[in-house]
Amino acid sequence: MSYFHSVTLDREKCKGCTNCIKRCPTEAIRVREGKAHILEERCIDCGECIRICPNQAKVAVTDRLEQRAEFRHNVVLVAPSFLGQFGRDVDPDRILEGFAPLGFDGVEEVALGAEHVAAAIRRHCRQFPAPRPLLSSACPAVVRLTQVRFPSLVDQIIPLHTPMDAAAVLARRAAHDRTGLSDDQIGVWFITPCPAKMTAIRQPVGLARSEITGAFSMTDIYGAILPVLPRSGVQAGHRRASALGIGWGIAGGENEAIGDGALLAVDGIHNVIAVLEEVVRDRLRDIDYLELQACVGGCVGGPLAPENPFLAKRNLHALTRRLARTSPESGEHRVSADVLEGRLTMREAVAPRPILQLDEDPAIAILKAEQLERVVQQLPGLDCGSCGSPHCRSLAEDIVRGVAFETDCVFKLREQVHSLAKEMLELAQKLPPSMGHGQAGKGEGGTR
Amino acid sequence: MVPPEQARLVLEFEVTGRDFAAAGNAATRIKRALEHVGFSARAVRRAAITAYEAEMNIVIHARRGTMSAYITPETVEIAAVDEGPGIPDIELAMREGFSTAPDYVREMGFGAGMGLPNMRKCADSLTVDSEVGKGTSVRAVIRNC
Repeated sequence: MSYFHSVTLDREKCKGCTNCIKRCPTEAIRVREGKAHILEERCIDCGECIRICPNQAKVAVTDRLEQRAEFRHNVVLVAPSFLGQFGRDVDPDRILEGFAPLGFDGVEEVALGAEHVAAAIRRHCRQFPAPRPLLSSACPAVVRLTQVRFPSLVDQIIPLHTPMDAAAVLARRAAHDRTGLSDDQIGVWFITPCPAKMTAIRQPVGLARSEITGAFSMTDIYGAILPVLPRSGVQAGHRRASALGIGWGIAGGENEAIGDGALLAVDGIHNVIAVLEEVVRDRLRDIDYLELQACVGGCVGGPLAPENPFLAKRNLHALTRRLARTSPESGEHRVSADVLEGRLTMREAVAPRPILQLDEDPAIAILKAEQLERVVQQLPGLDCGSCGSPHCRSLAEDIVRGVAFETDCVFKLREQVHSLAKEMLELAQKLPPSMGHGQAGKGEGGTR
Repeated sequence: MVPPEQARLVLEFEVTGRDFAAAGNAATRIKRALEHVGFSARAVRRAAITAYEAEMNIVIHARRGTMSAYITPETVEIAAVDEGPGIPDIELAMREGFSTAPDYVREMGFGAGMGLPNMRKCADSLTVDSEVGKGTSVRAVIRNC
């Protein structure tokens, strides 16, 4: 299977340092020949490497605004995290209206999709008492993390659309009703705070095909919309989402919108890993639902969001205080027809994609696992990363898989050079029999 | 080289009583080894729970112990052998909710009396031997299916 990844390397800028390999939550990066290489089957597009790279050599591939020309009608999906990029003095109506001068024909709020999804989650938790805890499907990086690092938990991912996908369903239908155009004439675009959502659009999990056409980087759109923001929100009626929907942009907001049951919210990919380890151990049986977000602070902390996540969080808090708690069409206890009729339900199961198996044949894999333990013992255990693998243990894994050598370890190499030098010195001190003393010529007659 | 049909991976870890900082490390390593060998996700999960509960039992109740895993392509046997107070009534200890863990351990969220019952649910076979005042040995076998 081939993978699309939004996260890619700018070879020119990469200096081959070890910052990204050490930070990657799935050990998906190796440095080879002075450049970082991303292992396609392991990368989950979380964007941790984009954040950590000191040379800006890791980039997120997104779509270009010109691609809209292929469609007769273009709708933009605006997530709460985007609204959080603007100070408290910028009314969200102005932001939503700012998309008209940018050339969009319609706007839909992702927060509205989130309200439908929250109702669907509540309903699902009540309908299905097991398994527990159910895991949020909202963050595509977390879903992919679960597939590759916690394959035994894929059945616990709640089989519902993300707010982004739900909003796309609403937006597409509204656009069709408004214009009478067919699906292929309507472009539905997302403004993404992260590479994971870009990947989720191109290569969705749980859906055969995304309703979303593509995504633009939040940083790019932020720069483009600032100069064309209208002075005041003139046409009312754009903004329909409520405080509970908007709150999804911040860590904890998803659970607040769900409201009932035993809920736990975790943000930051390394924190998510730690808590999923506990789920595997069955230590969270008393929790109904886990909100899990790869970015610290939630979507406002996305690597493509230009504003500082804490300031963006404050902006969103201020906004939610001004809004009605629930919206008329998706009140806290209403379940929409879209939910009831399964239009916001995943179409396909989330497949496990384990990455650790050392060989197809388990018997050979055991031999390799044994060899791995032996190699680990030989390595210095400093996890310096100079070999290009993130830890000594991952180097051992790479050696056993046949893609690295023990001498890739600078310390092992030094040891070998040292013993080689010693051997050379010993050899250099040896004299040929014609010059030397001792055994030369013994028993061969010698001189008379 | 060992012929593949005799392939067997043995892992062994020392576990120290009351060392909550390192608690779970052995179980994590056993889980990872099973993933390397290619055990099914289901079997890995059952073994991970069993190993974790066994390790926590040593940490909570015993002075010290050893966690071992014997892995073949078909099964994993997890053995937890400790030096500790032992279990006076094994049948009682197997009951859900029965626990002799001290309060401070319960306050940490452990010792809810689910350890052995949970292991029995996850393992295909479970043997517990114990001698009061000496120690306990728990052996669990999980089939790779």
